[in-house]
Amino acid sequence: MDASIASILALDGVTNGAVYALLAIATVLLFSVTRVLFLPQGEFVAYGALTLGMFQLGQTPGTVWLLLALTAFSVVTESVALLRRGQDFFSVLRHVRSVAAFPVLISMLSVWAAPKAPPLWVQALLTLGLVTPLGGMIWRIAFRPLADASVLVLLIVSVGVHFMLTGLALVFFGAEGYRNPAFWDERYSLGALTLSGQTVIMLAASAALIGLLWLFFERSLYGKALRATAVNRLGARIVGISTETAGRSAFLLAAFIGALSGLLVGPTTTIFYDSGFLIGLKGFVAAVFGGLASYPMAALGAVLLGMVESFGAFQASAFKEVIVFTAILPVLLWRSLRHPDHEEH
Amino acid sequence: MHQPAKLATLIALAGSFTVGSAQADITIGVTLPLTGPASGLGIPVKNGIALWPQSIGGEKLNVIVLDDATDPTAGVKNARLFISEDKVDLIVGSVATPVAVAIVDVAAEGQTLQIAVSPAIVPDGRDGYTYRIAHSTAVMAHAMVEHMKKQGIKTVGFLGYGDAYGEAWLKDFTAKSQAAGIRLVAVERFQRSDTSVTAQALKLVAANPDAMLVVASGSGAAMPHRAIVERGFKGKIYQTHSAASRDLMRVGGKDVEGAYVVSGPATVAEQLPDSNPSKKPALQFVADYEKAYGPGSRNQFGAHAYDIRLVLETIVPAALKKAKPGTKEFRAALKDALEAAGPIAVSQGVLDYSPKDHWGFTPETGVILKVVNGDWKLEN
Repeated sequence: MDASIASILALDGVTNGAVYALLAIATVLLFSVTRVLFLPQGEFVAYGALTLGMFQLGQTPGTVWLLLALTAFSVVTESVALLRRGQDFFSVLRHVRSVAAFPVLISMLSVWAAPKAPPLWVQALLTLGLVTPLGGMIWRIAFRPLADASVLVLLIVSVGVHFMLTGLALVFFGAEGYRNPAFWDERYSLGALTLSGQTVIMLAASAALIGLLWLFFERSLYGKALRATAVNRLGARIVGISTETAGRSAFLLAAFIGALSGLLVGPTTTIFYDSGFLIGLKGFVAAVFGGLASYPMAALGAVLLGMVESFGAFQASAFKEVIVFTAILPVLLWRSLRHPDHEEH
Repeated sequence: MHQPAKLATLIALAGSFTVGSAQADITIGVTLPLTGPASGLGIPVKNGIALWPQSIGGEKLNVIVLDDATDPTAGVKNARLFISEDKVDLIVGSVATPVAVAIVDVAAEGQTLQIAVSPAIVPDGRDGYTYRIAHSTAVMAHAMVEHMKKQGIKTVGFLGYGDAYGEAWLKDFTAKSQAAGIRLVAVERFQRSDTSVTAQALKLVAANPDAMLVVASGSGAAMPHRAIVERGFKGKIYQTHSAASRDLMRVGGKDVEGAYVVSGPATVAEQLPDSNPSKKPALQFVADYEKAYGPGSRNQFGAHAYDIRLVLETIVPAALKKAKPGTKEFRAALKDALEAAGPIAVSQGVLDYSPKDHWGFTPETGVILKVVNGDWKLEN
C-alpha cells in the first residue's frame, strides 16, 4: 500500500463515516431523550433511498400508503382512547386534525407529483416530507404507550419495530434494489484522489447537520428542554417541559436524519429493502463509542469506524464485517473500565 | 399439520389452482417462495406454471401450489404434506436454494421425484430423488471460460459475494479457468448490503488483470461493477447468470455498457442462431409468456417453469406405459424415464439427466450476452 492508495481509502472511509456519524447522532439523540435504543434507525435510510428511487421511476412510492396506513391506525386507536376518557367529540376531532393533517397533505402532494417527474430536489424534499412523519407515527404506535418502561423493554420493542419496518419495506418497495442519481455529478482530481460531487455533498451535509444539532442543543431553549428531559424526566415535567413533545420531536428528528442519510448514500450504492439494518448497526456501534451520550465522540467513532471498514476491506475483504464489529469490543472494555457504574440514570 | 381446514386455507391462499386428487390424475406438488425475500423469483415461476396445459399424455394434471415464504421449515412442511396427504407423483421446488436443499431429504425419504428450480448443492449420494432445472455454476463457468479463451484473456480478478453463491462460483471458476490456462490474480469479497466496495476495487485494479469477474445477483451486481469502472478499469467485466436481468441496466446505467453476462438462452430467444437446439422452445416460451403477462415480461424463472413442462411432456407418457399415477410404481417409473430420456431440448439449454448426473444441463448450455445500448446482444 502506498500513499495514494491510503489516501483513497481514507477518503472512502471518511465518506462512509460521515453517514454513520449522522446515524450515530440520531441514535444518541433518541437514547438520551427517550431511553430507546433505536435499532431500526437504519430502516429510515433504506426508506429514504427507496422512496427517492421510486420517485425517479415516476411511480408513487410505497411510503405514501405506509404513512397513510400508520396514520389511520394511530388516529383510530388514539380517538377511541380519548373518547373513552370522556373527551368531547370536537376536541377529539381537533386532535385527529393535528395528527393527520401533515401526513395526508404530503401524501396527496406526492401522489399528484410522482407521475410528473419533478426535478430531483423536489423529489428529495417530498422524500424527506414522507419519511419524517413515519418517525412520529412509530413513536405514537410503538413507544408512547411505553414511555415509562425499562430500557430493556424499549429495546425489545425496537427490535420488533425493526422487523416490522423491514417486512413492510419488502411489501411496499419489492425485493429489488434502487440506485439514485447523484445530486451533483462533478469530479475533481486532487493528485491520486478523485473527489466526486456526491462525496463533497455527503461530507458537507454531515458536517452542517452536526453543527446545527450542536447549536440546537446548546443554544436554543427547545434544545435545552430536550436535554433536560434526557437528564431527568420527572424533573423536566415538574418545571413544565412536556416529555410527550420531547419524545415526538426526538423521533421526528431521528427519522429526518435517517431519510437524509438515505438520500446521501443512495447515489453511491444500491440500496435494498433490508440494507438499512447493517448501516444503522454501524451507526449504533459508533454511538456506543460515544457512550450513547456524547455527540462529538459518536461522530469521531463513526469516522474511525468508516476508516477501519475501508482499510479492513482492502486488507481482507472476506473478513470486513468481522473486523468492524470486533472493533467495538475494546471500546466496550475501555468504557466499562472508565465508567464502572455507567448503567441507568 | 393434519387439520383439513388448515390445509384448505393454505391451498386457498396459495392461489388459483385446483385441488382434489381423483384417482389416476397426475398430481404435482409445487412449493415456491410467493412471499419473503425470494418472492421475486417464486412469483414468475408460479406465473409460468399457470400456463401449463390441463393434461399431459392424456391424463388430467392436478397442480397444487403452496407458499414456502422462503423458509426451509415451511418448505419441508409443504413437501411432507404433498407426500403424505396429497400423494403427489412429483414435487417441484423450491426456487430458494436453502428451501430446495431442505426438501432433498424429504423427497428421498418419500421416494418422490423432486425437481428443484434452484442449483441445490448437497453431498454426493444424498440427492437420489432430486434433479435440478436451474443451471449449475459449473455449466455457466464453462461458457464464461470458453468466451474468455476466445478473447485471449490470461488473467482474471474476482469480486464476489462472501456467501454460498460467491463460494460456488469461485470453486467452479477456478477449476475451469486453470484447465484453460487462465490465472486468478486477485480474489476479493463483498456483502450485498455494503455501501462501498472502493477498497476491493482498488486492490483488484492494482493487480491489473485482463478481465474482472463480478459475482452478485440482480440489482446488487451493478454497484461493484460501477466501482470497478470508477477506479479506471478498462478491461472486460464479466457478470454471472444471477445478474442476467434488466435490473443490471436499470441500476447500472451507462457504466455496465459493454459488460459480458453469462445466461441461459431463453431470454434472447430471437437472437439465437437456428442451429441452437433451444431456439424453438425458447421462442415458444417467450411467445406464450409474453402473451399472458405483457411484452418484455420474459425472465429465466418463467422459462424454468416452461422447461419443467417440456420435461413432463417427455417423461410422463413413458411412465404411463408402466404404471398408473398415484402409485409408488408410477413415481419410480417417472424417475427411470427422466434418467433414460436422453437429451431434451428446452428453452434454457439441453437437459440430459442420467443416474449419475442430476444437474442435467450439457456444457454447451450457457450463452454470453453483451450489454449494448442498454440491451442484450448475443455474443457468438
